[in-house]
Amino acid sequence: MAPVAENGRVAVLGVGMHPWGKWGRNFVEYGIAAARAALADAGLEWRDVQFVSGADTIRNGYPGFVSGATFAQALGWSGARVSSAYAACASGATAIAAARAQILAGLCDVALVVGADTTPKGFFAPVGGERKDDPDWLRFHLLGATNPTYFALYARRRMELFGATEDDFAAVKVKNARHGAANPNARYRAEVTAEEVLASPMVADPLRLLEICATSDGGAALVLSSTEFARRHAGGDKPVQVAALSTVTPRFPQTVIEMPNFATDSAAAVGDVDGPGFRRSIAHSAYEEAGIGPEDVGVAEVYDLSSALELDWYEDIGLCKAGEAERLLRDGDTAVGGRIPVNPSGGLSSFGEAIPAQAIAQVCELVWQLRGQADGRQVEGARVGVTANQGLFGHGSSVIVTT
Amino acid sequence: MAGAKTRVPAVEGWFTLDDDAPALLGSRCKRCGTYAFPKETFFCRNPACESTEFDEVELSRRGKVWSYTDARYQPPAPYVAANPYEPFCIAAVELAEEKMVVMGQVVPGIGVEELSVGTEVDLVTDVLYEDEDHQYLVWKWKPVTASSGGGAGG
Repeated sequence: MAPVAENGRVAVLGVGMHPWGKWGRNFVEYGIAAARAALADAGLEWRDVQFVSGADTIRNGYPGFVSGATFAQALGWSGARVSSAYAACASGATAIAAARAQILAGLCDVALVVGADTTPKGFFAPVGGERKDDPDWLRFHLLGATNPTYFALYARRRMELFGATEDDFAAVKVKNARHGAANPNARYRAEVTAEEVLASPMVADPLRLLEICATSDGGAALVLSSTEFARRHAGGDKPVQVAALSTVTPRFPQTVIEMPNFATDSAAAVGDVDGPGFRRSIAHSAYEEAGIGPEDVGVAEVYDLSSALELDWYEDIGLCKAGEAERLLRDGDTAVGGRIPVNPSGGLSSFGEAIPAQAIAQVCELVWQLRGQADGRQVEGARVGVTANQGLFGHGSSVIVTT
Repeated sequence: MAGAKTRVPAVEGWFTLDDDAPALLGSRCKRCGTYAFPKETFFCRNPACESTEFDEVELSRRGKVWSYTDARYQPPAPYVAANPYEPFCIAAVELAEEKMVVMGQVVPGIGVEELSVGTEVDLVTDVLYEDEDHQYLVWKWKPVTASSGGGAGG
């Protein structure tokens, strides 16, 4: 795909979040708080929004399946056009993609993207009912395979292939906790020591409780517009822009075991893959679309479902070669103040996962970083940021944000 | 005693109930040869193949561990846990001929310290859970060198 030209970009006029936590209230409340914050940040009214794009939650009944309309009604019916999207952990990015496409097609000038969730306690379980044809139900029933099971398989593989250690995994958590401590929207705001991480209970060997992302309540929102509208609206202040957005699916044969599957694809008929693998392809498709490379990136927000998985992402978004992530971490390159800070927000480690809000929250953080508004965790001089995210059933996303 | 209970698979048609040499039941595309587990019945997964016809095949009974972990905390329903809960290991196992990785619980009595990437394992059937009248069976992986643990017959 050809790089996106100036006229292929959309402006981020406003960002907003409701703090992550375990608040136990209706998800709509968090979504509306985030939407109102984003509109205020943009200097726009709700009635200026022509298209509202919701990221769905599947754990909050029908209102969650039609989240765009749910948020629109809660903000007050305004006649705006609406869309609702579900794409597992990438739902927020898919909602951004829908809004971006409307803007780039010239169908609207201003769009509001909202995602919010209220989560139950403990391990994510499949939604209710006996469904013997749903792999997500069956993997719990037949294997007792939770999400951390899969995270742990990747972590152990990393230890065996690249010599990662439990100390490395703990160091990721220590770094992200330090970042998150400075973020008012993070759920966990206490710094932790490596000793505390390594003393926390083992959940899925080699991953410990403090290294596995929690499930959280939270909400995030963006106000997007055409660059032309942004020029008219903001005058001389050039807003941060979305330069590319990738929601690619895997390519056959997908030879890494993925949630919620029992098996990988078989490479018997087509031979081993020589492609980049799914996680790599997510960010690399975004780079290609933006016409830039990893060397241009100054800050990254990646999906640290586990501390170990953050190390995989360093390689998959191209910050280093395979097997070099531990060195990057140990050298301090990925901490705020380092060469290429990763998860300055504190990441999932400090937030926990509010699924439909998460990919939107990643963009919110990059916008604050690129505007120089990330108090206490500011990455100096970053002009390009990248997000990366992956969820169940072949969903993943990457967004590139530039000044 | 457990022996008096009727033994039934916890899921129908995913593995054979052969006591000595059970096997996973997968599919192989009649046109391109792509395997799938569980069985593909509609469309071949290979995007270059439009076949809708498959043979049911027994998958290799022996493989090598690709990665492994354990479940220290009781998984949520619909997992049916023993009371009291007993942690167990889970392995993702590479099958050489099929060029695919298949997950399974590891037989009871095997801890993570007895596994490593590359460990050779065989497929066995074992009890997943029981009720008053039935033992519900599932496939599990058993290290070739393990002398104890697992096996529905044992």
